[in-house]
Amino acid sequence: MNRGLDLVLRRTAVALITIFCAISLNFLLFRVVPGDAVSNLARVPNSTVAQQQALRHEFGLDRSIGVQYVAYLRELAHGNLGRSFANGQPVSKNLGEALGNTLPMVLLGTVVAILAGIATGVLGAVRRGTRTDRALTVSSLTVYALPAQWVGLLLLFLLGGVFPSGGRVDEFLIEPSPWQHTVDVLWHMTLPSLVVGLTLFGQYALLTRTAMLETLAEDYVLTARAKGLSTLRIVRHHALRNAMLPISTLIALSLGSVVGGVVLIETVFSWPGIGRAIYSAVTSRDYPMLQGAFLVLTVVVVVCNYVSDLIYLRLDPRITV
Amino acid sequence: MSQFRFLRQPAIAVAAGVLALTLLVALFAPLLATSEAGRRVGPVFGSPSSAHPLGLDDAGQDVLSLLLRGARTVLIVGAAASLVAVLIGCAVGVLAGYAGGWVDSVLMRITDYFLVVPALPFMIVVAAIWGPSLSHIILVIGLLSWTQMARLTRAQTMSLRERGYILRARGLGSSHLRIVTRHLLPHLTPLVVANAALTVATAIFAEAALAFLGLGDPTSVSWGRMIEHAFSRSALSAGAWWAFVPPGLCIAAVVVACSVIGQGVAEIANPQLQHDHLPPRRVRLRATAAGGGEDDSGGSDSGRRLRRRTAATVMEES
Repeated sequence: MNRGLDLVLRRTAVALITIFCAISLNFLLFRVVPGDAVSNLARVPNSTVAQQQALRHEFGLDRSIGVQYVAYLRELAHGNLGRSFANGQPVSKNLGEALGNTLPMVLLGTVVAILAGIATGVLGAVRRGTRTDRALTVSSLTVYALPAQWVGLLLLFLLGGVFPSGGRVDEFLIEPSPWQHTVDVLWHMTLPSLVVGLTLFGQYALLTRTAMLETLAEDYVLTARAKGLSTLRIVRHHALRNAMLPISTLIALSLGSVVGGVVLIETVFSWPGIGRAIYSAVTSRDYPMLQGAFLVLTVVVVVCNYVSDLIYLRLDPRITV
Repeated sequence: MSQFRFLRQPAIAVAAGVLALTLLVALFAPLLATSEAGRRVGPVFGSPSSAHPLGLDDAGQDVLSLLLRGARTVLIVGAAASLVAVLIGCAVGVLAGYAGGWVDSVLMRITDYFLVVPALPFMIVVAAIWGPSLSHIILVIGLLSWTQMARLTRAQTMSLRERGYILRARGLGSSHLRIVTRHLLPHLTPLVVANAALTVATAIFAEAALAFLGLGDPTSVSWGRMIEHAFSRSALSAGAWWAFVPPGLCIAAVVVACSVIGQGVAEIANPQLQHDHLPPRRVRLRATAAGGGEDDSGGSDSGRRLRRRTAATVMEES
């Protein structure tokens, strides 16, 4: 028990340090790197030296890096991420809305991918070396290798008439009831979630297959079989249970790639989430938004990894580090 | 040629064939492409015809020619970014594994950080700040794809470091540099090759993603940029599937080929997972037995085969 608490504390410390590193790196990326974003601000075309000086002063760029860093940390501690250049709203407000739109869409796709991926992987491992296995492996690998933006475009091309081609809600729906609104959002969510699911599915299926092959070669599976247990029981209670350990870790680790894929998928489907916020921040040079979105994404991924570490500790009591 | 025996596995042979073909296309693209780069040869989004088998794109350029020219960019980015990642990953991994102590903990904390940070958004941020160019893309992808390599080489180095021949070399007075370059690195090669192939795949993916967001090199043709053009210049509403389907399939083919080769080399270097403890497949056995009931001569034959199969399975498992 005591050791468990020690591990939890240690993981918490690591997570907090990582978040602090992310915050500091974010500062460095946007300010200190040559050709940095904020100094570009002062490069207004045809501006006089006095105007540039005024701009630099207004943004606090004439102060030392240390002072700027402390100011940055202080504002961040108050939840101030700056104001978006694009719409003048606080970045934190924009990002809160965007994150609220992204999470349900990604969650739906991820759940579908986990269920389908584990089923496919288990089937492939149990039927190892057969035609079924080869077909499943090749198709998972192919789905895994297709670029998310391309899958999105293809689905839009094939199903664009059936499903809405973009956005989160039907703008022409006047004063919809909560039920109508939910159905409308789900209907818009179908294609983007499907793409999220497809891009994750291949990864999960391949990973489950490998993990299952590993546990199926363990001695306790031989013991289970010697006891006369059915294949289904061996697979469900002995092999898959233990294979779930690496699978659950890698699902958490793959969150990083989900978040990356979301930028592409939300761009294709004009889904007003955090990925699209990054895209439009890049195209309109909205640096406060870009910086804020990147910070929020990093924190989300760190937190997910932390939670998965804790779940792993709970699942596998053998862990001692 | 025993070191090329793995080519006999059909999947790996096909994968190697795909990569070799892409390499040839990349080398001879200027000769193969029927129309010059950037030249308008017909109507916007002209449909596939005998003169232009894959149709025309948003600027009336021949899609097939663009596809052939794009191969070069994709391979250059994939190989160069992978090289950057391999160099950083090996340096970090070998140094951490060989030196141990505080060097190891510092390097591994850094690796952990890069492992956690969402790679694509990070690449987008850096590429957006640096501005679009081929060398920036390569550097950005390479700088963010080395973590896996570092972890693998570190683990392998740590286990090799305590082997007898390394201890003996050290006892004979070899310098650290000599031990690392002459005795460690050769043993890391299969691992590095396998992982480098996988890194090429992720690099090609990343290039396509960055190009799709308008952060690719604006002066060179690439498959990712072809998809971006099709998207941003409304190939969808024009119904021009030929403008985006072929580059996507090409990316998938090269990525699958790299993954298959990477997996194949990894399996040869690490020959586990060759057996399981599940009962022999019943469905198959029953089918063979049923087939035997119909035909007498075939029955005895398949019965013999069945017994041999079962015996082989039992031997394999024991």
